Amino acid sequence: MRAARRHAALALCAALLLAAGCERERRNFEPPQGQAVAPKVRATVLQPGQPMPPAGAQAPDMPATPYTAGDNAFAVSQGKRLYRWYNCSACHAPGGGGDWGPALSDDKWIYGSRPNDIFLSIVQGRPNGMPSFGGHIPEDQVWQLVAYVRSLSGQLRKDVAPGRSDALQASEPEVARDREQPRPAVPRDGAQNR
Amino acid sequence: MPLAAAAVLLLACMGAHASPLQDVLSPAGPQASHIRDLWHITLAVCTLVFAGVLAALVLVLWRSPRAASTTAAELRPAAARERRSGRRVGAAIAASVLLLLFLIVASVLTDRAIAQLALKDAVRIEITANQWWWEARYDDDDPSRTFTTANELHIPVGRPVLFTLKSNDVIHSLWVPNLHGKKDLIPGRTATLQLRADKPGVYRGQCAEFCGFQHAFMAFLVVAHPLADYEAWAAGQRRSAVASGDAQAVRGRELFLGGTCVMCHTVLGTTASAHRGPDLTHFASRQTLAAGTLANTPEDLQRWIRNPQQFKPGVNMPASNLPDEDIKALAAYLRSLS
Repeated sequence: MRAARRHAALALCAALLLAAGCERERRNFEPPQGQAVAPKVRATVLQPGQPMPPAGAQAPDMPATPYTAGDNAFAVSQGKRLYRWYNCSACHAPGGGGDWGPALSDDKWIYGSRPNDIFLSIVQGRPNGMPSFGGHIPEDQVWQLVAYVRSLSGQLRKDVAPGRSDALQASEPEVARDREQPRPAVPRDGAQNR
Repeated sequence: MPLAAAAVLLLACMGAHASPLQDVLSPAGPQASHIRDLWHITLAVCTLVFAGVLAALVLVLWRSPRAASTTAAELRPAAARERRSGRRVGAAIAASVLLLLFLIVASVLTDRAIAQLALKDAVRIEITANQWWWEARYDDDDPSRTFTTANELHIPVGRPVLFTLKSNDVIHSLWVPNLHGKKDLIPGRTATLQLRADKPGVYRGQCAEFCGFQHAFMAFLVVAHPLADYEAWAAGQRRSAVASGDAQAVRGRELFLGGTCVMCHTVLGTTASAHRGPDLTHFASRQTLAAGTLANTPEDLQRWIRNPQQFKPGVNMPASNLPDEDIKALAAYLRSLS
C-alpha cells in the first residue's frame, strides 16, 4: 500500500517535471492583457510623475509575467533577436562582452543584477551613455531582453539559454557559459564603465 | 450532383482569376510564355503516353488467352511468341527513351530562351526577403535616385527588369507565376532573375519555399505600367514623406516618432530610419498591408496596429496597448503618407 502511494507520488513528480518542459517551449503570441503595468519610476527629481523613491531604496518589484523568470526558451531567443535588432550589441558587443558600454557577460552589476533592476536600467536609461528605451520598446519585449541579458552571464537554466545564433557569433554560445556570481560594482571615474 | 460540384469548382477557379492575377497559364511576358509552352508540350507528351499505356493494357486484357480450368498448362514458351513480345517491349523502351530525350531537349531550350533577355536599360531591383515580407530597393547609377519600398513592386511594360535576390534570415523563394518561374533567395548568397512584362496589369507573387509560421501570408504585388506611369510612380517614391497637416495625422506622427514604431520602421524625411520592418515612407500608395494579408483600408490598418498577432501569429511586429484614439491617429498618419 505504501509502495503504491510512493509510486503514485513519483509519477506525479515526473508529470510535473514534464509539464514544466511544455512551459519551456510555449510560444505565446497573444499580447499581454490590459494597459502598461510598470510603475512610473523616475530617474531624477526633474522628471514629472510619482515621487522619487528615497535614495538607496531597492527597485520596486515588477508584476510577474511568463517571461520575467526567464524560463521560457522562446522568450529568451526573441530577446536575443531584439538585442541585435534594437542595437544593444552596438555598445555591449554581440556576445555581451562589452565595448563602449559595460560588459554584460561578467559578474559586475553597476545598477543591479535582479531582473527588475535590469528592466529598469533598460526602461529608464543609466548615466554615462545608456539611453532610456521606455516607451520605445513594448514591455513584454523588455522582459524578453532582460531574460536574454541574464543568459549572457549564465544566470538561466541550461535548457532555456540559446544554443544557436541567427548570425555568425564569435563568442561562446550562451548555453555553454559558466554561471557568474553577480556582485555590485561601481562605475569607474570618467566616461566608460568597461 | 457531380455536375454541380464541377460547376462550383469551375466558378471557384474563375473567381480565383479575378484581380490580382496569379496564373501560370496566362503569361504576361516572354519568360512566362516559354514556361507555359513547355508545360503544354509536357502535358501533350504525357497525355499521349498515358493514353497509349492504357490502350495497350485494354488490348492485352481483351486478347489474353482464355483457357478452361481443365486444360493442361503450357510449360514451355512458344519461341515465336516470345520473340514477338521481346520486339514489342524493345520498341516501347526505345519510344520512352526518345520521348524523355525530347522533353529534356525542350526543357534545355526553354531555359536558354528564358535567359535570353537583353538587359540594356534594365530596371534594377534588389529584393531582400524577410520573415515574412519583401523589401525592394530600386537601384540607379545616381545614388540619389535609389529608393526603397516594400511588398509592392512597380515595373514598366516592355522594359527588361533585373532582380537581385537576397535573404535576411531563412531561405525564401520568389514566384510571380504570370511573369516567371520560381527563384530561391538564400541567406548569404545573391541570385539574379530577369524578366519582362509585356502586358500591363497587377500580378500577384508569393513566397514559394516554406519559411516559417507565416509563409502563406508572404505575398506581394507586381504592378506593370506603361513607361510614363512608371516614371511618375518612381518620382513619387523618391520624394520624402509628405504627411497631411490634419490634427489627427499630426498627433499620429508624434505617436509614431515617440513610440515603438520608430524602432523598426523608416519614414523618409523624419527621424524614423530603422530597417527591421518595411519602409513606410509612401505607405498610403500601397494596395495591401502586411505583405498582402490585408487590404490597405483605415479599418484593417487599425486592427493590424492593435494586434498583428491576430492576423499573422508569430510576426515580429508587437501588439499595441495604446488607447483607441491613438491607434486611429496612427492610422490617419500612415494613411496620409502618399
